[in-house]
Amino acid sequence: MRPLTTSLATSTLALDRVTKRFPTGTVALTDVSMSVAPGDFVSVVGPSGCGKSTLLRLASGLDDATSGTVDVTAAATSYVFQDATLLEWRSALRNVELVGELRGVPRDERRARAQDVLELVGLTGFEKQHPRELSGGMRMRVSLARALVAEPDLALFDEPFGALDEITRLQMQTELQKLFRLKRFAGLFITHSVSEAVYLSTRVLVMSGRPGRIVAEIPIPWDYPRPPELRYAAEFAAITGRVSAALGEHS
Amino acid sequence: MTSHTDTRPVDVGALPAEPSSTPAARRSPVLAGLRRALPIVGALVGIAVVWYGVSYLVLPARQRFLLPPPHEVYGGAFSNPQLMGPMLEALGRSFAVALVGLLIAVVFGIGYAVVMSQWSWAERVLYPYAVILQTIPILALVPLIGIWLGYAFPARVAVCVIIALFPMIANTLFGLQSASAAAHDLFTLNKATRWQRLTKLQFPAAVPSIFTGLRNAAGLSVIGAIVGDYFFQQGAPGIGGLLRVYTQRLQMEALLTSVTLTALFGVVVFTVFAVLDRAVVGRWFGRTTR
Repeated sequence: MRPLTTSLATSTLALDRVTKRFPTGTVALTDVSMSVAPGDFVSVVGPSGCGKSTLLRLASGLDDATSGTVDVTAAATSYVFQDATLLEWRSALRNVELVGELRGVPRDERRARAQDVLELVGLTGFEKQHPRELSGGMRMRVSLARALVAEPDLALFDEPFGALDEITRLQMQTELQKLFRLKRFAGLFITHSVSEAVYLSTRVLVMSGRPGRIVAEIPIPWDYPRPPELRYAAEFAAITGRVSAALGEHS
Repeated sequence: MTSHTDTRPVDVGALPAEPSSTPAARRSPVLAGLRRALPIVGALVGIAVVWYGVSYLVLPARQRFLLPPPHEVYGGAFSNPQLMGPMLEALGRSFAVALVGLLIAVVFGIGYAVVMSQWSWAERVLYPYAVILQTIPILALVPLIGIWLGYAFPARVAVCVIIALFPMIANTLFGLQSASAAAHDLFTLNKATRWQRLTKLQFPAAVPSIFTGLRNAAGLSVIGAIVGDYFFQQGAPGIGGLLRVYTQRLQMEALLTSVTLTALFGVVVFTVFAVLDRAVVGRWFGRTTR
């Protein structure tokens, strides 16, 4: 099965028959083909240990595929980690500035841009705070700001909201979906929450248990911005039901 | 000195949100300070009680010179400039030895750990030397140090360096390796150079561990200075040299006084570094810490 909804030429990220086998012999992914086009926000759901995070590591170039090809045409890619992964000794502003620092962006420019994205994620006034002084949700906002500051064409998310409490998590989903609409990056989002995947995405890919394969692709119809109440609509429940059913069949 | 590593006093006075703490202790920093000092005062009183007990109850009068009671030791010694003058001068010389030794151990220890942190083969090759240095008893090295470096200041410093080096190396290396895998991924994804990774991730992450190492190395350096003085007697004596002289002459009051001075010296050095540690590391990680 090759769920390629867009041709390789126009996609930001394309995986073609990718298999990943670790040196230990574990096969994390087998024959995975998928693509993310500009304007796409693709979520991947699957049982834990199915190789979702491996998929993201391959897409980012942190790991190499054993066979198959990984094509990234995005000029700039950002990665949002499972936990905020902030440098504890840097203020919120300096954490966001880090990306520019590593890439040699002049100080004034990178500072101004960091300030702008912090405003975008609602952290104006918290620039000088250190990570320890911020709540879990605010730390994740800093992390999102750091991902956005590079103006990515492709943003990769590795279960970023998994550690947050339910209320904060819903807030962050609403925010991210606004940012997606505003910034127009293509997104690849790993999660184990079906409703999170459905609420955020233009498409949801369902993976089987190890070795991970893509077993279903479910398009999500609604336009952005999506109101938070959408989560309680009958049509939303119908789609989450379809995703859950696909998950249940293959785990 | 490992027993010292985590004896940060619990800050009783700094819990404003605690409704059950007594209002007086909360309002008065003096009272809070007294409460914190209580265990130390108690320990000193305990020592004095045991000391008097041994002097007057255990030792027969003929042998009381082996451990004269505290008031005889300190009453005479501290008011005697002919005794205190040379003792303080010697203490100053030991301080210089400890300081120079510590500085060398810090610079060399951090450098050694940085090299080990950059290449895994470097760690495999270099770490055994650090462990060997740590496991050879310093007394076994003393004759060699004497033969190679002479019996004066450089030899005393060498003892300090050898004994203070390991905690600097081990703690710095631990700190340099403490950054999370995800943080390293972040640097990899942004195409950080080795130098950027070291200066912007590994080294800053190591700062708290480096200060722990510094605290331990400082304490050990004091011990090293006194041991060095004791064995390498050429030139003006350090406090360890005086200890040896007083022992040979069985000057118990002077001996006990200088032992007390070295203890105070150690406590002061350790406290200075503990305070420095809290101030710097606290600031490093944001204002509202600890």
